[in-house]
Amino acid sequence: MKKTILYETESLYRDDFRVSGYEFGQGEKSACILGNIRGNEVQQLYVCSQLIKRLKEMEAAGKITEGRRIMVVPSANPYSMNIGKRFWPTDNTDINRMFPGYDKGETTQRIAAGIFEAIQGYRFGIQLSSFYMPGNFTPHVRMMKTGFEDVELAKKFGMPYVVVRNPRPYDTTTLNYNWQIWETHAFSLYTTTTVSIDKESAAMAVHSILTFLSKEGIVGYHGHEGYISHVVQDTDMVSVRTGESGIFEAAVAVGEEILKGQILARIIDPYEGEVKAILKSPVDGIVFFAHNEPLTYADTAVFKLIFRLE
Amino acid sequence: MDETLRIKKNRLIPEGGVTGKEKRISIVTGIHGDELEGQYVCFELIRRIEAQKEKLTGIVDIYPAMNPLGIDSITRGIPAFDLDMNRLFPGNEEGDMTEYLAAKIIEDIEGSDVCMDIHASNIYLTEIPQIRINELHKEKLVPLAAMVNVDFIWVHGASTVLESTFAYSLNSRNVPTLVVEMGVGMRITQNYCGQLTDGIMNLMREMGIWQGETKKPRKPIISEAPEDVCFLNAGTAGVFIPHVRHWENLKKGELIGSIIDPLKGAILDKIFSPIDGILFTIREYPIVDAGSLIGRLLRDEKVVKQDKGI
Repeated sequence: MKKTILYETESLYRDDFRVSGYEFGQGEKSACILGNIRGNEVQQLYVCSQLIKRLKEMEAAGKITEGRRIMVVPSANPYSMNIGKRFWPTDNTDINRMFPGYDKGETTQRIAAGIFEAIQGYRFGIQLSSFYMPGNFTPHVRMMKTGFEDVELAKKFGMPYVVVRNPRPYDTTTLNYNWQIWETHAFSLYTTTTVSIDKESAAMAVHSILTFLSKEGIVGYHGHEGYISHVVQDTDMVSVRTGESGIFEAAVAVGEEILKGQILARIIDPYEGEVKAILKSPVDGIVFFAHNEPLTYADTAVFKLIFRLE
Repeated sequence: MDETLRIKKNRLIPEGGVTGKEKRISIVTGIHGDELEGQYVCFELIRRIEAQKEKLTGIVDIYPAMNPLGIDSITRGIPAFDLDMNRLFPGNEEGDMTEYLAAKIIEDIEGSDVCMDIHASNIYLTEIPQIRINELHKEKLVPLAAMVNVDFIWVHGASTVLESTFAYSLNSRNVPTLVVEMGVGMRITQNYCGQLTDGIMNLMREMGIWQGETKKPRKPIISEAPEDVCFLNAGTAGVFIPHVRHWENLKKGELIGSIIDPLKGAILDKIFSPIDGILFTIREYPIVDAGSLIGRLLRDEKVVKQDKGI
């Protein structure tokens, strides 16, 4: 293992901003795995820390294939994490909206450019990602339709679902999109949580990454095969929205199978404690995403469901 | 809870009522909660119209706060989601609360003959009153922009990311929408607000919405070529101290400002003008990182050409 500093810049009063990378093996740039870009992506950081721990052991045991190089970047943004802020401390910009970056541009454009220079050219790019809405996900691999996406490759992670979606205008400045434009096969891995650590889905993510790397001949790893992934288009998901605001009391959890008409959640009057609204499932299916905050706004998508897959 | 989110609109109509044939202008501001210059423009516009209501022959819709939660909490984006509202358009009625809001806003404004979206830079930069136009829409928008008494019209390149802005959505729905940038975030610059209000009154007169006297608008400098605009970025982190004034003509090599280190009492960097030009953007917030935008210059040749009518 070789730890290197991929990018650094000075601050007026803080310690230098550093992005560190951990390299395993030598030779072809085979896979790059990136943890948190936002300051609240603690689970994403945790997954990478566990992956680095495993890769260290595997390297010592000679399990990294000769001529294959893996890079793990546990945190692209330690500065924001250290102050508990999601975006860049000074100007609140999102590094994951700055790719491929510009080395003569503004601060986060420079950071994105520096990181991208260090992590491009790999055959596979895997980013531990998070969603902007507060909630939990069923673990899945997500990819954008750019013409370079390969669903069959994504299935090799052995995660329960592979979600394919059309990029939106703002996606064109994300790392995942730009990796693909520069011909890296890019995947976003979603585990259950973001701001808190969920060890079970983190272990699944580590296992899935190692399974993928093993199937691609980059490491020697013999875990169980994982799931036969179902491929879902994001447009096929059903959103369940709140009609009322109030205290949100979920009756189901992510990953749970549900029947049409089943109660998904109750919205409680925050002053009087009465049930104001009951959210029921419009389909037979599986809970893919569930809101996880104690309060909810009205007109908010609190569940995303996948139709039952036969 | 115990609160309903409402985006408020004030519709001004002719004293005799409407026939359905009137032209309609929509004045929008506060998409970014920390940009307040438009507040005074809305006030001043209504004041002037009400003072001579008999001169009003069209419909004026005023939306002073598109992001009321942001304005109330001094937050640029939508609080709780930390989302830039100006990257959500055209929205989605079936989406979550923020997307729903965006879709409803577009629905309400669609059908206007002209829309103005008034921004105020951000807290970091001060801008001379200007209109920014996506090159895709320049044929229709530049002649309108020339009527609103701004100093500068900046026609910029198309970018996929900008397709999710409010203005892009409306322009692509055939509602000519002008984006104004002026002043600085979190403050009101009364003379700029007065200047723009004069311009809006003039535009309304040209559209047949206002029959009263208006001031002749100033002739703006129009920049269409990317090479006309020169960006100045900080080379190092520190505290920026300007040595020149905003909207000042500068000679190549002239000192624009210094980046100082208060800890050591040292000058870390001096920023010189790389061209002969006029400074239309200048750093307002003193703390900078490497890369922070210090200013933007418009090439002198451009100004000279414009004056000669070339």
